[in-house]
Amino acid sequence: MAREITYQTAINEALAQEMERDPTVVVFGEDVAGGMEAPGEDDAWGGVLGVTKGLYHKYPGRVLDTPISESAYVGAAAGAAASGLRPVAELMFVDFMGVCLDQIFNQAAKFRYMFGGKAKTPMVIRTMWGAGIRAASQHSQALYPIFTHIPGLKVALPATPYDAKGLLIAAIRDDDPVIFFEHKVLYDTKGDVPEEPYALPFGEANIVREGGDVTVVALGRMVSFAQEAAEALAGEGIDCEIIDPRTTSPLDEDTILESVENTGRLVVVDEASPRCGMASDIAARVAQEAFADLKAAPRMVTAPHTPVPFSPVLEDAYVPTAESIAAAVRETAGSGAPAPA
Amino acid sequence: MSDAVEKLGMPKWGLSMTEGRLVEWLVEEGAELAVGDDVAEVETEKINGFVESPAAGILRRRIAAVGEVIPVGGLLGVIADASAQDADIDRFVEEFQATFVPEEAEAEAGPVPETIEVAAGRLRFLRQGEDGEPLVLLHGFGGDLNNWLFTAPALAEKHVVYALDLPGHGESSKDVGAGDLDFLVGAVEQFLEAQDLRRVHLAGHSMGGMVAASIALAAPERVSSLALVASTGLGEEINSDYIDGFVAAERRRDLKPVLELLFADPGLVTRQLVDDVLKYKRLDGVDEALRVIAADAYPEGRQSRVIADRLTELDVPLLVVWGREDRVISAAHAERAPDTAQVHVLDGRGHSPHMEAAGDVNRIMEEFLAGVGAPARP
Repeated sequence: MAREITYQTAINEALAQEMERDPTVVVFGEDVAGGMEAPGEDDAWGGVLGVTKGLYHKYPGRVLDTPISESAYVGAAAGAAASGLRPVAELMFVDFMGVCLDQIFNQAAKFRYMFGGKAKTPMVIRTMWGAGIRAASQHSQALYPIFTHIPGLKVALPATPYDAKGLLIAAIRDDDPVIFFEHKVLYDTKGDVPEEPYALPFGEANIVREGGDVTVVALGRMVSFAQEAAEALAGEGIDCEIIDPRTTSPLDEDTILESVENTGRLVVVDEASPRCGMASDIAARVAQEAFADLKAAPRMVTAPHTPVPFSPVLEDAYVPTAESIAAAVRETAGSGAPAPA
Repeated sequence: MSDAVEKLGMPKWGLSMTEGRLVEWLVEEGAELAVGDDVAEVETEKINGFVESPAAGILRRRIAAVGEVIPVGGLLGVIADASAQDADIDRFVEEFQATFVPEEAEAEAGPVPETIEVAAGRLRFLRQGEDGEPLVLLHGFGGDLNNWLFTAPALAEKHVVYALDLPGHGESSKDVGAGDLDFLVGAVEQFLEAQDLRRVHLAGHSMGGMVAASIALAAPERVSSLALVASTGLGEEINSDYIDGFVAAERRRDLKPVLELLFADPGLVTRQLVDDVLKYKRLDGVDEALRVIAADAYPEGRQSRVIADRLTELDVPLLVVWGREDRVISAAHAERAPDTAQVHVLDGRGHSPHMEAAGDVNRIMEEFLAGVGAPARP
């Protein structure tokens, strides 16, 4: 039965239901059993923010606290996956990927291809991302474009509690390595989520709002900002269609292209920095595949090309807002070829 | 109707509807209307529907603009006789708009679905209405109790209406055992038993009609009347594109054209409807449940059971409703109902007339049920 729960609870429920269903699912990472201020693992806080709370006692021996050594336990996850388990490793902040990147992109991502399709690597790396909690530049980045760039990895980026549960279950059941991005500011957001388990297929975008004037593609936390912008713009007579790709690899290009075919105008909103990111990637794909449909140049709304500032004032100015999205939509709506009379 | 000025208001379809968007006006200002005429098309979060004229008269004003979002109960237009003065109509509009207060979104929670455990598993149902003989509504293959969102509230005025999620559907258990008709019939019988419903009116759509008819054939003394809406069981033919397509579709773009087969007007299938069905289809166990049920009921693109002949022996008042443009089960099947049945084939409607022509179907069912309750003539 659907009821309203938080994004954080949805993730916890997905883990619990998959551990219940499949004894090969194991969870490990820094503090996933114990955690903040815990005297030991028996405290079972369940991670720095309590996302894995309750799993340690429910599934004895299957929730493991690891040393502070990402290269060791992410490598262990890749090996466990290649030899029969379905590990869900937690990289506390995606910003720590630098110390375990070889295990991810040279090992996990390559096994299936380097062993002639005979190996599979059903591992998930859950990781927190995003600005907005005054955690400064080493704990606030939006690094999914880097993983999206690497063939052999899948990348999910849920924006709602419903998507978080369904995408995480799909990630755990997937036979390829999946990097699962959880926006820390979204943990407390609520939404309707069915109690029963369900898998949300990768590569299917969510059409968050239908509209005929401008296509707005938004990811993660930016989806709700785009919705806010669309509400304001509706009052001005600009009707936005909002598309949340939900996974960046694979990417549901068809839904985006079909929408642009209809609207002729595109704004991509991305919390990541602007160079070589999802915004530039999607804008380029649309420019190539739907050039004839475009009535105006695609626009990108992104963070600036700078580290996330620690100053609260600067951090707030760094993250795209409903206002900056609305401004970009107005610009594209008012530029380019006029609508046919 | 003398000088009376009637409001054409935004209807409330289903429990969660708080507002609707005017898609288009279907008649011009000045057009003559009969009660029940389609006047406008309205889009809600769940589905598009037609607003019907509540009165006979002339559509004197179209107040709402195309594209405008109007709260439930809000003013779409004004109906009055030709003799009504323009000034009176203007005053009516002015007074209405000055005093109208939309209901609070959460103010009336209304009835919420309940669940019950029976031998066949967990069953979800929605009970509406306070008094009257109980009426049980059974949805079709792949549907759920929400398919009756336009039907149940209307019929609940004179009946206690139970809309049920069949096993494998909605939020009922997804384990359907052998998935055959006996299992589905057994689940409904267990439900009736558990709710202590000893004698009920039964209505079923499509596969739900077959379930309802089977219960009536097995225990006619427990069934006051039987209403079959575009039901299976009256002939072998069925559009396997629908059954196979519904089972196979995993994505929006595959499912939408399949759902469009349910209606004569494919525009009624909204994004929200497609998303809701997809959310159901993704639940663990649903795929298996649908495959098992379909393999038993519709093997090789045919209906495995035809009970049209047995219905002639049935001593229970029988109503058969169909949409002329049904693209899942041909409306020709309505002709195979026994002579004793009341048969209505609705022009311009498809496989889901209770959703597509809710007003008409509600009236037909209300009259049918009222007739059943009337004392037999001497």
